[in-house]
Parts: sequence; structure tokens; C-alpha cells
Amino acid sequence: MSLTKLTTSALAIAALTATTAVARDNVQVAGSSTVLPYASIVAEAFGENFDFPTPVVESGGSSAGLKRFCEGVGENTIDIANSSRPIRESDIELCTENGVNDIIEVRIGYDGIVFASQIDGPEFTAFEASDIFNALGAKVLVDGAIVDNPHTQWADFNSDLPAADILAFVPGTKHGTREVFEDKVLLQGCEDTGAMQAMMDSGMDEDAAEDACIEVRGNGITVDIDGDYTETLARVDSNPNGIGVFGLAFYENNTNKLKVATIGGVEPKTETIASGTYPVSRPLFFFIKKAHIGVIPGLKEFAEFFVSDEIAGPDGPLSDYGLVSDPELEATQTKVSDEEAM
Amino acid sequence: MTDLTTTPTPGGKRHSYGSLLDESPRTKKRNAAETRFRVYGVIAISIGLIFLAALLFAIVRNGIPAFTQTYIVMDVELTAAKLDKKGNRDIEDIKKVSTFGYNPLIGTALETLVAENGVETEINKGKELRDMLSSGAAAQVRFAVIDNPDLIGTTQEFTLLAGSRVDGYMKGRVDRESLARDPNLSPAHLDIVDALAADGTIKRIFNWDFITGTDASESRPEQAGMGVAILGSFFMMLVVLLLSLPIGVAASIYLEEFAPQNMFTDFIEVNISNLAAVPSIVFGILGLAVFIQFAHLPQSAPIVGGLTLTLMTLPTIVISTRASLKSVPPSIRSAALGVGASKMQSVFHHVLPLAMPGILTGTIIGLAQALGETAPLLLIGMVGYIATNYPDGVASGFLDPNSAMPAQIFEWAKRADPAYYERAWGGIIILLVFLLTMNLIAILLRRRFERRW
Repeated sequence: MSLTKLTTSALAIAALTATTAVARDNVQVAGSSTVLPYASIVAEAFGENFDFPTPVVESGGSSAGLKRFCEGVGENTIDIANSSRPIRESDIELCTENGVNDIIEVRIGYDGIVFASQIDGPEFTAFEASDIFNALGAKVLVDGAIVDNPHTQWADFNSDLPAADILAFVPGTKHGTREVFEDKVLLQGCEDTGAMQAMMDSGMDEDAAEDACIEVRGNGITVDIDGDYTETLARVDSNPNGIGVFGLAFYENNTNKLKVATIGGVEPKTETIASGTYPVSRPLFFFIKKAHIGVIPGLKEFAEFFVSDEIAGPDGPLSDYGLVSDPELEATQTKVSDEEAM
Repeated sequence: MTDLTTTPTPGGKRHSYGSLLDESPRTKKRNAAETRFRVYGVIAISIGLIFLAALLFAIVRNGIPAFTQTYIVMDVELTAAKLDKKGNRDIEDIKKVSTFGYNPLIGTALETLVAENGVETEINKGKELRDMLSSGAAAQVRFAVIDNPDLIGTTQEFTLLAGSRVDGYMKGRVDRESLARDPNLSPAHLDIVDALAADGTIKRIFNWDFITGTDASESRPEQAGMGVAILGSFFMMLVVLLLSLPIGVAASIYLEEFAPQNMFTDFIEVNISNLAAVPSIVFGILGLAVFIQFAHLPQSAPIVGGLTLTLMTLPTIVISTRASLKSVPPSIRSAALGVGASKMQSVFHHVLPLAMPGILTGTIIGLAQALGETAPLLLIGMVGYIATNYPDGVASGFLDPNSAMPAQIFEWAKRADPAYYERAWGGIIILLVFLLTMNLIAILLRRRFERRW
């Protein structure tokens, strides 16, 4: 490097440090509160195993995190955004506008959601999304008309199902799981049964129809559980007819008490969730700002550590906490080490 | 006129009520009303005291367990073949062995420990036994080895953190029935815990780490501490003190002693009184807009929290300072002016020193209020942040992201693990100790220096 180049770069660095308050030496992460526990577990282990300082992890929600991520490039913007949804076109536009061009998308694993009931209870072993909608939706389609849900037993609308009273314990609205339950099950069932079409025909616009589709009946037939899965399990345990919504990992640890139902004929398993054939799941992501790699010390090491087999693999601490490990983890690891942007 | 005053008729109206010592119906009524009022007062105070006692009882009962922590004392063989494969004790090579490399050693050590104690159990694999320990235990051993590589090849005694379920069992929060539904620990582990606790291998000791330590991830409540949040609060209070005391005192002296009485100063006075009553969340959103979005100060940093809380504390300080300046008698000012002091000399040499105890008391009360404030911190990102790093120095203390005590308590109370719930109560005890100390200092200052005229 020539002397002039060296001086210019030294000056540039000096100017840069002068404008920003202090040089940042830690990785900053923000975003989804679903990913937060996983990210904080990794950050803690990272701090223990490397000479870099422990990354700073904040929550705030997927959208807020991506918005901060797209604010621009530089030490006063975050390096990694956690997200429980894929990045949207609008996020990418905002990023491009602010000069954040190269984004590395990293899928850390899946959050799988299952329907399970008491092991000695009625034979709830196979559901379709439409069954769940017919049983739990606030308004359903009966004989071509949209009416308040009249069904009291599962057999009322599908003779293959047991003649047992309908009772379901669903995640409360503050849970991220609730959104998946609404989008992937209720909305799907609403479309499958034709209720959505009927609502739109009756003059509702699409958004209003979607909102009506995801409404549950309440009234003691659906019970919102705001606590964790242990509470749902306790409720299912004391109600033979009850159906509970659980995370896959939780169900797998309680197979002595629960039996799981297939959705659309697919059994929820790590493989089916990972391949996407089991419909009620969502991938979890984080996004890395490529421009920060090499500038912020430890950023790449942190990303690599996050997706390493020891952490994100099937026996790692993330899986212990409930993440469905990604079977294509190896591809993700290569992606991170090659810094392959979207 | 004389007959009116000297000869009151014995059977006249004024004496119809008899002796003064006999209560008339009206006196009785008045006395009864007074007694009733006293009873109401006593009832009101008793209700207040009962609530206070219930609150303190709940805080102490729920929070005290957080101040002790369960540890397992065990010998760990630091096998050279695993920890330093090349055998040349190079620190860089030793650092390459991650905590995952230490886990098997701890597992083996636990197997030995269980076997030595003759505990009958169906769990005999180190990996499963390790569920009894915190996942931070491996890091404890690793740090010890990195600090002193000579330990490799020897067997050392370690006091390792037990997992939150074992800790909960020792504190009576977890029982076998609840564990039957818990994937993290099985009742069979508790049999081992019982046996080891009997001979003192598992013990509960005072938990300094809770006061000085850092926050931990959701899977390790046993490791979480308030230390970083206390530092965050400290730096915030420093900002508040350094800004609000001079600005507040200067503003009040000018308004009280020098400013002309006109529409404009009246307008300012009304505004200061109104500001003192503005809900703190309003200052939070102001801080977000001005300090973070406009001035681009770092998010979650104590300096932003301090600036926001300064806005909130200023009116309190101005009001109390003006009150204590007002309480200095005008004769002091007149006397000073009379012997030829200038206006400024009379204020700074005579009025201000006499008003100082009141000013300091007001400032400390204002700071105590700011210390416990949570709402503005929600908006500037000091909540929802995991405080795992100590600041490196003074500059980073102000500028690096941090949490604050009340924000940390809120964060813990939100987390799913019941062990965090206990820590939230413990955090409240620490916060209350700080607040009580500050109030005590305020009372002592007032007692010691206050002048009465």
C-alpha cells in the first residue's frame, strides 16, 4: 500500500471514529421476540467461548428489527435482525433505499405447532384444516349460508371424527404461535370449506373476510391459554375431550401423556416440519448485514457459531429449548461461511 | 345596665342545662362526632399499615430465595488428552476447546460422584446427570483452565452452579409431581439430589452473583444477576445529577431572586408546575424523538435514559429549590444588602447556604423517583435488552447499551421460567434497599442542617 493510500485511509478511519461516538466492538442484534431466547442462548455461549464480547441482543418484534436493520450501514446501525418471518419485498426496498444492499439470510430452524389430545381420550388422530375451522371458527358455512358456529360435537360436521364435545385450548393472542395457528389452520380451513368465498360474496372485502375467518368462538369451547405449554397440558390432562395446541418439542417430551393428530394426513415430525409437508410450522431466520462483516469484530464468527452443529444441531442447546433443527443446516453453514448474499 | 350583669335569675334560661360537668345533648353529639372521626382515622391508618405489611411480606417471602443459590461441589478431572491435544500448554490451543469439549469431563465427574456416594439410580449416563447442573457450569470450568493452564492434567475441586430445577427443589419451588411433566429434569434426578444434599455435596450458599452478576439467557435463570443493571442505573443517575442539579438550581435562583415579575415569568412558572405533573411516559416518547431519532444518540444507552429522566426530574428540583429559597427569611437578604453586599453576594453568601439542605433533600427525592422510573425506559430500548456485558469504562458506561434496575425487574417478570419470577422479586428488594437508603440520606441531611426561624 502506497503512502498516500495509507494516509487517506488513516484519515478516513480517523474521520469515521470522530463522527461516531465510540468504536463498536460488539455485535448488535435486534428483532423477533420468538427468536430472542434462542439468540440470547447463542450470544451467552459465544461470549463464553470466544475472546469477543458477548453480543448485544434486543427484542422488539420482527418488523421493528428489520426496520432498524434497514436504517443504513454503519456502526450505529444493528448488524443482525432476528425474524420469525421471511424478509418482505417492502423491507428489501427500504434496505436498498438506505444503502443496505447485501443481506445474508440465515434460517436457523423451525418452530413447529401440533394438535394433541389426551392419550386415553377420543380418537383425535387425523384432522384437516377445515375440521379445525368448522369446530373452532366463530362463523362457519352451513348449507351455503354463513351462520354463528352451531356445531357442538366433532361428528356434527365430519362423521369420521369422534362424537365428542368440541373443546380446544389455543395459544392466547400474545403468543407468536397464535398467528401461525390463525394463518396456517383457521384461514386455510376457511378457504377450504368455502366460507371465505361465501363471506366475500356477501359483500365483505378480503381483509374483513380474513379477519372474520380467524376469529375463534370462545364461549368456553375455545379457551385462550396465555401461559406456557405446561398449562395447556394440565388443561388437556383434566379434560378427556380437550385438544391442545403445542410446540413440537413440547409434545415430543410428553409422548406418554399426549397423542398427536395429523394435519392433512401428514404426521408432525422433525423431517416433515423441516421439509414443509406438515403445514403448521414456520421457519425462523436472522439476517446479516454483509457490509458489517470484517468491520464489526466477531460478526461472522457469531453467525457461524449460531448455525454450528453444536448449537443449532439436533442435540444442541437450541433444540433443547424447543427449536426444530433444520435438516439442511449444512447448506446454511456453507452459506454463512461463503457470505452468500440474497 | 347593672341589673343585667349582677343579677342573673337562678331559674333563668342560661342555667337550664345544669352544671358545666353534665354534657348537654349537643355537646354529646359533638363529642361523639369527634370520637367517630378519630376512629375513622385509626381505621384508615390501619388499612394502610395492613397493605404495607402485606406488600413487604410478599416481597420478602418471594424475593429472599433469590439471595441464595444451590451449588454442587465436585472433583473434575481435567484430562490433558481432551483439553490440550498437542500437549504444549499453548494458551491459543487451550482456548480452542469450547465449552462443549468440557461437557463430557463434567459428565464423567458426575458419574464418579454418584458412584462414590453409593446412590442407587437408573440414571447413569453423564449426559443425563448433567441436567442437574447449569449449562453455564462448563464455562466455569473452562474459565478456570484458561486462567491457569497448569491445572490441565490434575483433578480439581469445583463449586459448580446447579440447574434452576435443582435449585427450585432445594427452595421448595419444584417437587416430584411438577417434574413428572417437565422435560428438563426427572424425579429420579431428585433422588440423587436428596442423597448428595444429605452429605453437603449439594449446598445452598449466599448468592453474591445475584447482586453483582450479569443477566443471563432464558435457559439459565440460575446465573442471572442485577450487577450490570445496577451499573446502568448508576450511570443514568450520574447524568441526572450532573444535569438537573446545576440547571435546576440556576433556574430557580434566577426565577426566585433576580427575574422581574411579569407575564413571561408567570408563564414559565405555570409551565414548570404543569411539567411536574406530566406522566413519565410522555418524557419517554420525547426522549425517543429528540435524543435517539433526531440527535442519533445510541439506543438503550444510559446517557439517553439519563437525559430523559433529567427532563422528568428538573421540575421536581426547581419546585423544591424555589420552596427552600422562599423559606429563607427576607431579613437575611435585607441584612446582607444593608451592610453593602451586592444582590449576587447576598444570594450566594447567605441565602443559598441556608437553602442548601432543602435543595439537597429535593434533589435526592427527585433522584429516587427517577431511579424507580420504568415507563420512559420502555420507549428508549432499555427494556427487552439482555444485559450481559459490564461496561469497559466510564465512556462505555454512558454510551454502551445497558439496562436499568426497574427495567431488569420487568424483563425478568416477563420470562417464562418460574425461577426468573423469584429473581424479579429479589430484584425488587435490591431496588427498595437503594430507594430507602437515598430517602434515609435525605432525612438525615434535613435533620442535621435544617434551620428554623
